[in-house]
Amino acid sequence: MSHIVGIDLGTTNSLVAHVEGGIPRVIPDAEGRALLPSIVAWTGNGVVVGEAARRQLARNAARTVYSVKRLMGRGYEDVKDELSRLPFDVTPQAEVVSIRIGDRAVTPPEVSAHVLRALKQRAEVHFGEPVEQAVITVPAYFNDAQRQATKDAGRIAGLEVLRIVNEPTAAALAYGLQKLSQGIIAVYDLGGGTFDISILRVKDGVFEVLATNGNTHLGGDDFDRAMVDWILADIRGRHHADLSGDAEALQEIRLGAEAAKCRLSFDERTVLTIPFEGFTYHRDIARADIEALVEPLVAATLGPCRQALADAALRADQVDEVVLVGGSTRMPLVQRRVEELFGRTPHSRMNPDEVVALGAAVQAQILAGGITDMLLLDVTPLSLGIETLGGIVSVLIARNTTIPTLAKEYFTTSVDGQTTVDMHVLQGERELSKDNRSLARFDLAGIDPMPGGMPKIEVTFLIDANGILQVQARELRTGKAASIEVKPTYGLTEDQVEQMVEDSFTYAEADVEARLLIETQTEADTVLNHVERALRQARDIVGAEELAAIETARTALRTARAGTDRDQIRELTTALNQVTAPLADRLMETAIKDAVTSKRADRLLENS
Amino acid sequence: MTDYFTVFGLPRKLGVDGEALQRRFYELSREHHPDFHQGAGAERQAEVLGQSALVNRAYRALREPLSRVEYLIALEEGREVREGATDKPKAPRELLEEMLEVQEALEEAKAEGLGGEAGARLREERRRLEERYAAEAASVVVRAPDWDRLVDEGGDRRPLLEWFKQRLATRAYLRTVIDDLSDALGEREDQHVSHRRH
Repeated sequence: MSHIVGIDLGTTNSLVAHVEGGIPRVIPDAEGRALLPSIVAWTGNGVVVGEAARRQLARNAARTVYSVKRLMGRGYEDVKDELSRLPFDVTPQAEVVSIRIGDRAVTPPEVSAHVLRALKQRAEVHFGEPVEQAVITVPAYFNDAQRQATKDAGRIAGLEVLRIVNEPTAAALAYGLQKLSQGIIAVYDLGGGTFDISILRVKDGVFEVLATNGNTHLGGDDFDRAMVDWILADIRGRHHADLSGDAEALQEIRLGAEAAKCRLSFDERTVLTIPFEGFTYHRDIARADIEALVEPLVAATLGPCRQALADAALRADQVDEVVLVGGSTRMPLVQRRVEELFGRTPHSRMNPDEVVALGAAVQAQILAGGITDMLLLDVTPLSLGIETLGGIVSVLIARNTTIPTLAKEYFTTSVDGQTTVDMHVLQGERELSKDNRSLARFDLAGIDPMPGGMPKIEVTFLIDANGILQVQARELRTGKAASIEVKPTYGLTEDQVEQMVEDSFTYAEADVEARLLIETQTEADTVLNHVERALRQARDIVGAEELAAIETARTALRTARAGTDRDQIRELTTALNQVTAPLADRLMETAIKDAVTSKRADRLLENS
Repeated sequence: MTDYFTVFGLPRKLGVDGEALQRRFYELSREHHPDFHQGAGAERQAEVLGQSALVNRAYRALREPLSRVEYLIALEEGREVREGATDKPKAPRELLEEMLEVQEALEEAKAEGLGGEAGARLREERRRLEERYAAEAASVVVRAPDWDRLVDEGGDRRPLLEWFKQRLATRAYLRTVIDDLSDALGEREDQHVSHRRH
C-alpha cells in the first residue's frame, strides 16, 4: 500500500513524518536534519528550498520568501500593515496577494507548494517509492480561506490532501498515541507565526475538542520584529546609523535577533555581534530585556485561553494537564504566564518542534485504517453565518461546533419572475457582516420563474472534517438542484489551481536528483562567497601556509562546483569550511575587539 | 426533519442520562465518522458525512438541559432548528418595570458619566438582571420532569410548552439588555453575537 505522510507546514519550519511499526517518526533529510526551514529562494540556479534558501535571506532578500504562511488565504487589507516589514515585493491585489519574483507573480499557495514538494521528495527518498497522499496540519484558528489555500498548496505540489488537521489537535493525538494524556487537556501552541489554544477531553481513545481559540497573526515572528525594532533604535543611538531601509542589514539583524532570542531561553545573558559595513554592532542582552519587549505579545495569548475555557464551560482548575507546543513555548516568560493562568506547571514531554508532525502522521495512519481505536472529534473555530438585511450576520453554525456539521437555510425570491438569488457567507464572531471575514458570495441560479416569494430554496451549509465549507442548494417545489456559482472572496478559483498544478509540472525540476544538485551547488556558492569576503577583510592576518591551503581547497571546490557530482561538491564544501574555520574565528575576535575599542570611554564607564 | 431524540434512540423526553448520551455519541461517531470511511466510494463518503453531521448536531442539541428544552420547543412546533434567532427578542410585558428602571439608570449615566453613582447604579442593575437571567434558566430546568410526566400520563402538554417558551424568550431578552449595559459601561471586550451566550 502506498504511504500517507503527515506534514506540519509551519511558518518557520516544516516537517514530514509517518508511522512505522506503530510509532510516529519524523523523516530526516540526507544530512539527518528533521526541520526544513519554510523558506523558498529563486536563484540564478533555480528554486531552492530550506537551508539553502535560508542562506539567501540576506544576499538575495527580494527573491527569498519566508513566513509565507502568514499570507495564506489572506487579502491585501489583512496584511498591508506588515508588508513594509517584508523584503520581498507583495502585489497589492484586493483578493489573493501575490509575490513578485522577477517577472513572475507567485501566490502564497505556490510558495508553500515548493516547501511541500521538498518534503514529498524527502519522503520518497526515504521510502524509495512515490508518495502521493498526505495529511497537512494548519493552525486551529485558520479560517475557511486559509484552510483552502493550504489544500491548494498540496494539490499544486502533487499531493492529494486527505485531511487538514488542526495543529493542537494533532499534538494531542501524538501524546494520546503514547497514552501520555487522559482527562481534560489544554494544548497551548505558540509557533513562528500563529497562536492556538485548544481544550480537549481525552477519554478511552476519544479525542473530543471542546473549544478552540487563537490568533493566526501572533507568534515568534512578532517577537523577532519587536527585537529588530529595538536593535535598530539601539544602532541609531550608538552608531548613528539608520539601517531600517537596508534590506540586507535588516535580514542580518532579524537572523541575529532570532538566534539571540533562542539562546536566551536557556541562558540569562547573551552577546549579539553583527558586522556591518563600517562598524560592528556588539551588544550584551539580558533575558529581562527581551522579556520586557515581548511581554505584551505573550499577554495577548491569555485572552483567547480564557475565552476557550469559557466556551468549554470549564474553569482553569478543571484542566488536568497543560501541554506546550511550538518553538516559542521554550521561552521561560511564556511558560510562566501559562502556569499563572492555569495554576499548574505546563509540560512539553515530546519535542515541541516535532510533536505536530508526529500527530499528523498518527492521523494519516487512522485514515489508512492502521489505527482503529482512536477517534478524533474536532470543532470549527469560527462561527459561520450569512448576511441578512441591514448587513447583520445571522449565525448558522456556532463556533466550537463539532465537525462535520451542517445547517439548512431557506431562501426565496422577492420579485415576480426572479431566477437568481445571491447570498454572502461569512465567518467570525461579530454582529455586523462588515466586521467578519467574507468567505464567498454565492449565486443561486436557474430558479424557475414564479411569483415573488413562491420558490423555496433549501441551502445546505456543510462543514466537513477538514473544517472547509461545502454548499448545496435545491428548490423544494420542483426538487431541482439549483446551481451555485461560488466566488471565493480570498482564494484561488478551481481553474487557477488547475493551471498551477499544470505549471508546476512544467516549471519544476523533474527529478529529485536535479533539485538536490542545485541545493548543493548553491550551498557551495555561499561558502565560496563567504571565503572570498573573509580573505578581502583579512589579508593581513592570514599566514602564507594557511593561505595556500585555503586557495587549494577553494580551487578544488570551484572545479567540482562546475560539475554534477553532488557528493564531491558536498565533501569539498565541508573541507573548505574546515580549513577556513580558524580564520573565521580570528575575524570574529577582531570584530569584537574593534567594537569594544571604538566605544567611547564615557559609554564604557556607563556600562561597567 | 430528522428527530434528534430518535438519532440516539431516546423518547421525546427531557430527562436524559448525560453519561449514557455521551457514550452513545462516541459509539455513533465511531460508526459514522469520515475518518473510518476513507477507502469508501464517493457516494458512501457523502452519506457518512451527512450521518456524522447529523449525529454531531443531535448531540449538541441534547447534551445540555437547556438546549434540550430549546430543541424540544422547535421540534414540537415543527420548526427547523436554528442556532440563532435572526430577530432581536421582543421585550416581554413582565419585564416592563425593570426595563424602565434600566432606562432611567442609562439616562442618568449619560448625563453624569460612568464614574460616580450613575455607573455604580448601572452595574447594580446589570447584576440584578444577571441573577434574573440565571433564574430563568434554572426555572426551566426544574420543570423538565413535569414534561416527562405529561408524556407518560398523556396529559395536555401545550400549556407547559408555552410556559417554557415564555421563560426562554424572557431569558433571551435579558441577555440583550445585559450586553447593552456592558456596552454602555464600556466593558465588553469583543462583540460576540449575543445569542451564543448561555
